[in-house]
Amino acid sequence: MNILVCITHVPDTTSRIAFTNNNTEFDKTGVQFIIGPYDDYALARAVELKERHGGKITVLNVGEADADPTIRKALAIGADEAVRINAFPSDSFFVANQIAAVAKAGEYDLILMGRESIDFNGGMVHGMVGELLGLPSFSPVMQLEVEGDSAKLTREIEGGKEKLEVKLPFVAGCQEPIAEWKIPNMRGIMSARTKPLEVKDPVDNTAHAELSNYELPPAKGAVKMVDADNLDELVNLLKNEAKVI
Amino acid sequence: MSILVFIETEEGKIKKSSREAISFGAALGETTALALGSVSEEELATAGQNGAAKVLHVADDRLNAGLIQPYAEAIAAAMESTGAEVLVTAKSSLADAVVGRVAAKTGAGLVSNVVALPDTSNGFVVKRSIYTGKAFANVSVTTDKKILAIKKNAIDLKQDGGAAAVEALSVSLDDALFGAKITATEKAEGDVLLPEADIVVSGGRGLKGPENWGMIEDLAKTLGAATGCSKPVSDMDWRPHHEHVGQTGVKVSPSLYIAVGISGAIQHLAGVNSSKYIVVINKDEEAPFFKAADYGVVGDAFDVVPKLNEALKKAL
Ligand SMILES: Cc1cc2nc3c(=O)[nH]c(=O)nc-3n(C[C@H](O)[C@H](O)[C@H](O)COP(=O)(O)OP(=O)(O)OC[C@H]3O[C@@H](n4cnc5c(N)ncnc54)[C@H](O)[C@@H]3O)c2cc1C
Ligand SMILES: Nc1ncnc2c1ncn2[C@@H]1O[C@H](COP(=O)(O)O)[C@@H](O)[C@H]1O
Repeated sequence: MNILVCITHVPDTTSRIAFTNNNTEFDKTGVQFIIGPYDDYALARAVELKERHGGKITVLNVGEADADPTIRKALAIGADEAVRINAFPSDSFFVANQIAAVAKAGEYDLILMGRESIDFNGGMVHGMVGELLGLPSFSPVMQLEVEGDSAKLTREIEGGKEKLEVKLPFVAGCQEPIAEWKIPNMRGIMSARTKPLEVKDPVDNTAHAELSNYELPPAKGAVKMVDADNLDELVNLLKNEAKVI
Repeated sequence: MSILVFIETEEGKIKKSSREAISFGAALGETTALALGSVSEEELATAGQNGAAKVLHVADDRLNAGLIQPYAEAIAAAMESTGAEVLVTAKSSLADAVVGRVAAKTGAGLVSNVVALPDTSNGFVVKRSIYTGKAFANVSVTTDKKILAIKKNAIDLKQDGGAAAVEALSVSLDDALFGAKITATEKAEGDVLLPEADIVVSGGRGLKGPENWGMIEDLAKTLGAATGCSKPVSDMDWRPHHEHVGQTGVKVSPSLYIAVGISGAIQHLAGVNSSKYIVVINKDEEAPFFKAADYGVVGDAFDVVPKLNEALKKAL
């Protein structure tokens, strides 16, 4: 089974967010980058499916050269080869076009992504790619089992979940508890160094949106502490000051 | 500008977030709402209160379940037949999965997590939430057609409109679009949906075990709130996965978020930082959550929560 896993290279979840250059660029100073947490679930499930059914895992990132260490980490976790489309991932349609081009060129039984990226949180790329390829797309997928040419999956719906049976191939945006995040072991790290990472130019430069600038939210005021023996005061504040109850 | 708003229903009622999306559309221009699957005409007519001039209803029973491909096809067809320039939808797990496809079908530029009306004084610039609520980006959409997915609770509800006219719309949906077979659906019924909720009461590992959630549920009941939890709590199966709030869970943006026995790890805060007011109850005065809170109570949850519930019952 051939699986394509699309990964983002994003600031660690604990990062302080700041901008430079007149609020037009993300400030990378001191920021640790990671595989997007949802993409990491997708990758972990791909590794499990490969263990079970055999085949090959290709990871794909649309990004600049600073994403290479993140891609190597995905190879260390268990992907067999990697492709990086060398471009700044500015717009989700642009990214989707790149992913669709790679997917068309290969024969993939499954295209796994995260439910959303944690930088722009669009949650949109999987649907776009599905449409561009004429394949079904599902998200957020919480469970995924493959049997022959079909799959059983569980999708989260608001306030619950739904089980589906579908034919391969398709696109899935993954989230927990589809698999547990995998930590690369020493052998994985060593072998990742020599696994192929192909860098390609983008196929098409169409974008649908451009960034004007970034903004930070206004700073939060100081917390008002209320004594645990005076909860009527808390109720009063919620009712008359915040006016939320 | 001509606007089409895709609306979702829950147990036969238009979702609050869809009403927000209609209000958003109505502030932009002539707004038509679009509903898929069986819903009563009376209910659909109430979209007028929020500013819809008209509601188009595709009453195809095959659309009663939220299926991604047929929904995308029907929405794209309605955009085409109404000549809509802007499609507006509430951001939801269904809409997320659907509108990417609609964008790719129609060539419309898509912006998600929109928090304010676009600035059309110079092009079409939209403000969206990014980095899980830690920042905003102003994005200029360059295509003729646009799709905006609106963040929940970011837009004031318009409620002073009249009744909307409901018209049937028929779209032809190929059987091939229905290839995915739904074999089971599990849904918590009657509860307030967490992503839609105006008040959320959440519990963390400080509550020690699932058997102690009664007091959280009681407090939520008094407030008409939804219940949420931290990630370890759903990982340990104390609570269902769909209640898990944070970076890797549900992002909530209620008027009031009450966190009980949650330390306030940055990944949890990422899911709640769009809340208007935050109350933190924690026995450790050093808990990081207090820094993100508006009101704080240092104390044992097992003592504070029941007392707070009594105080609220007295006052409400
Ligand atoms: C990539 C990544 C993504 C993550 N995503 C999420 C996410 O989406 N959501 C999320 O929640 N977490 C997430 N986490 C986990 C997060 O880092 C924290 O571990 C988690 O939020 C802690 O949960 P907690 O506050 O319930 O537990 P703890 O950190 O154990 O805190 C328990 C709190 O309860 C208090 N307490 C104990 N007893 C009482 C009592 N009797 N009365 C009152 N207070 C009491 C304690 O003082 C403490 O502050 C993520 C982590 C990673 C690495
Ligand atoms: N630049 C990128 N490179 C590779 N995959 C991506 C990229 N951006 C988004 N994706 C994939 O699409 C999913 C959804 O992203 P988004 O629509 O941006 O929230 C992510 O979880 C990734 O799997």
